Amino acid sequence: MAGHGAAVLRVCRALVGVQEADDVWQETFLAALRVYPSSGNVRNWEAWLVAIARNKAMDHHRAAGRLPIPVADGAPETSGSPAAPGGDAVAHGSVERSVEAGQDAALVWAALSTLPLKQREAVVYHHLAGLAYAEVAGLLGNSEAAARRAAADGMKALRALLVQDREDCS
Amino acid sequence: METQAVVPVPAELAAVKEGEAGDLDRLGGRFRAAAAADGLLDIAYRVMDSPVGPLLLAGTERGLLRVAFDREGHDSVLESLAATISPRILLAPARLDAAARELGEYFALRRQAFDLPLDFRLATGFRREVLAHLPEIGYGHTASYAAVAALTSSPRAVRAVGTACARNPLPLVVPCHRVIRSDGSWGAYLGGADAKALLLDLEAGAA
Repeated sequence: MAGHGAAVLRVCRALVGVQEADDVWQETFLAALRVYPSSGNVRNWEAWLVAIARNKAMDHHRAAGRLPIPVADGAPETSGSPAAPGGDAVAHGSVERSVEAGQDAALVWAALSTLPLKQREAVVYHHLAGLAYAEVAGLLGNSEAAARRAAADGMKALRALLVQDREDCS
Repeated sequence: METQAVVPVPAELAAVKEGEAGDLDRLGGRFRAAAAADGLLDIAYRVMDSPVGPLLLAGTERGLLRVAFDREGHDSVLESLAATISPRILLAPARLDAAARELGEYFALRRQAFDLPLDFRLATGFRREVLAHLPEIGYGHTASYAAVAALTSSPRAVRAVGTACARNPLPLVVPCHRVIRSDGSWGAYLGGADAKALLLDLEAGAA
């Protein structure tokens, strides 16, 4: 399991924000360790851990009493999905204000947090955690093609945001 | 349990890797402490360098459980521990500090006997009985398989003594390297014949 620490951390950061991610990361691995002896038929450990992290992120939002933040482009949210980052949630258009110049990582997380949840999840699970689209679809409850499309749309939106931010910063 | 998986990240998102290694070190340390506090850490392990090659040390709450030479295949030893004892295995060097320190002292000729809690659950029955007698062979001395058998409840079980030594889960600490053939030749060793020769030379030189 130790080899998947980075992937799980990225998932946590994308789903609950950098501030809260540490706790969710630890809860994920403790939960994994608890059920590990009875999970003999897991085929893909990383997908299994990401699924636990996603549940823990959801629990985290529920415990904090946060509602999913409506997304800017009005895409319908699936009920029960993890909410947008809380502690450092950023609304569309305010990305640059939340980020100090030079903090590229924060810039990326902030840009990610503005994406519709499904796109954000697809980008993170595939591009940052390295899961195949079939596994991403399993987590999102959609088809492989839909997962691929969500990731592609997400990346396109992200590129536009990041180019915008870097111009604003310079 | 494996090394860090490498996930290729698109260039425009590569910034997320900033500081990640340090963050993971910090999180890993905190996690191991939390897992141990919750009783979730059944086996801790670490690898240490030694004159007989990298040694895998694994321990439970009860004590040192396994010492393995490189040629035994550390990954396969860990897999076997996962299957027979518990899959809750973590790289957690702190629990093995005492064992690593005493082994280091042994190789530096500053220690002749080990003073470590040992978990013998990987050796049962007659094998365990044999292991219990091995520390009676003093540092710098050797005994034949037949002589060790004579100490046990089955004095004629010479071959079984050989098997017990060959499967010793705690080599070095439980000195199976001091058991040699009746004709004076050194015989086989878990860590290889060269390792056995090195250990006996080391002890002969220091004793």
